[in-house]
Amino acid sequence: MSVFDGFKFRSTSSPIHKLDPRAKFIYVCALFAVAIIFNNIIPLLVLFLIQIPIVFRAKVQKEWMRSMKGSVVFAIMIFVVNLLSLHFYAGHEPLIYILERSSAMTIRFIVLVQSFSIFFLTTSPDILSLALEQSGVPYELCFAFTTAIRFVPVLAEEAQTIMDAQKARGLEIESGNFFRRIRNYIPILIPLIVNAIRRSLELAETMESRAWGACEKRTNLYMLKIKRNDLLLIIFSLVLLTVSIYVSIHVYIPSLASLLYTATV
Amino acid sequence: MIIVENLYFTYPNGVKALLGVNLKIEDGEFVAIMGQNGAGKTTLVKHMNGLLKPTRGRVLVDGVDTRRVSVAWLARKVGLVFQNPDHQLFSETVEEEISFALKNFGYDRKTIKRRVEWALKMLDLERYRKVSPFMLSGGERKRVALASVLAWDPKIIILDEPTIGQDYMQKEKLRQFILQLNQQGKTIIVVTHDVEFIAECNPRIILMKQGRIMVSGKAEEILTNEDLVKEASITLPEIAKLFKCLEGYGFPLNVIDAYKAAEIIYERLRSRNERI
Repeated sequence: MSVFDGFKFRSTSSPIHKLDPRAKFIYVCALFAVAIIFNNIIPLLVLFLIQIPIVFRAKVQKEWMRSMKGSVVFAIMIFVVNLLSLHFYAGHEPLIYILERSSAMTIRFIVLVQSFSIFFLTTSPDILSLALEQSGVPYELCFAFTTAIRFVPVLAEEAQTIMDAQKARGLEIESGNFFRRIRNYIPILIPLIVNAIRRSLELAETMESRAWGACEKRTNLYMLKIKRNDLLLIIFSLVLLTVSIYVSIHVYIPSLASLLYTATV
Repeated sequence: MIIVENLYFTYPNGVKALLGVNLKIEDGEFVAIMGQNGAGKTTLVKHMNGLLKPTRGRVLVDGVDTRRVSVAWLARKVGLVFQNPDHQLFSETVEEEISFALKNFGYDRKTIKRRVEWALKMLDLERYRKVSPFMLSGGERKRVALASVLAWDPKIIILDEPTIGQDYMQKEKLRQFILQLNQQGKTIIVVTHDVEFIAECNPRIILMKQGRIMVSGKAEEILTNEDLVKEASITLPEIAKLFKCLEGYGFPLNVIDAYKAAEIIYERLRSRNERI
């Protein structure tokens, strides 16, 4: 379950944790957009690198590494798929170009995972819900959202217990061919889903019995305010986005291979 | 025979659950592991069928190191019934649920049918054979879970909190059933908080606290020792409490069984009447 830990909120105190989730959300969106705009390796590498100081500032290196390790399998898959498809559709290009292009796609994926990881590692579900609420999302939806996030670790733990219980009854999850393996997950998924449904019904009942939704208008003890740092982050995000759009249209970005080539010559 | 040698276990999240456990459980023994929440009871029994592997030290089941074999291999010998039946029930009918493990172990059709029949009968579930396990009550689900493990006739049976959610009648049945299995030569290991249930079974008691074994010994010695029992966050059985109150009148302290208690009191009353 270590992959999930790479996206689970860590309650520590850091300037990044203190940022308004709305500002962070704008930053993540801008980063997403920029990562999609470019398909050259150099800007994507830059995007990857500028986030590393943020990770260290937020003191979440360990958890961030988990999310990175967890994405390795997918990253390799993306790399291979890109490599193969480029090989078949653009086979006339030199190999170095195909390799660089595939790496760029892989780094793009890693940048996306990384920004998600930073966002969720440093934003508590409660604050996130508060931000949603203040952005005009109905409270019921915000509550459903935070509850869903909150129950992820519970589900993960339960999945582990169910796996243990079925292994104790002789189930060998890792045995057999591909289809057999998928079938092996049925005894784990059914109890997990049934329990999740049961729990949600129970949760609804306990919430009703504690007068959930009794007041038409809820008030909050804490209110989010955009502070100076938040404003700076928003401005940075917007500038990054604008510059990227400008660069992608008007500036020719050399490939890493050609740069290295000219450097050696 | 299960031998636990200097067992340390740390969960991946850093929680140190076991800190040097040494234990030997003979074939055919009846053992109850008791202690407060988080003492490491469930962690300890999960080592006995290989679900957890020691961080340090080792666990031997019939001389085989649990690190060297798979859970499926060990499970044939060691049947572990989990606390919550909802963590394992998934089939469409009770019958299928019970035959799941038998299929995993590769028994042939005829044997599976025979063993399922036997398990259904043993746990009084025959009328539910075609019913979905999800439609049953909590206590019945618990019995289905138990049946699904007993069906393959493991030599060692571990029950994690078997009495939770069972009414008095079912508990009594369960007790008779466990004693019967024990008499047939099965090794029984029960993890529980239920002092009254254990007092009536009179097994060997192992008290655990914070990842260590505090003490191990006969039920009538341990469950009547107020200090020990208190330290393990359980209470004295009612009979032991009663005899503790009567200590000043010369009643013995090491009584936990209702029938034995009745005998002692009857004897006392009779001798007094005779004197008058």
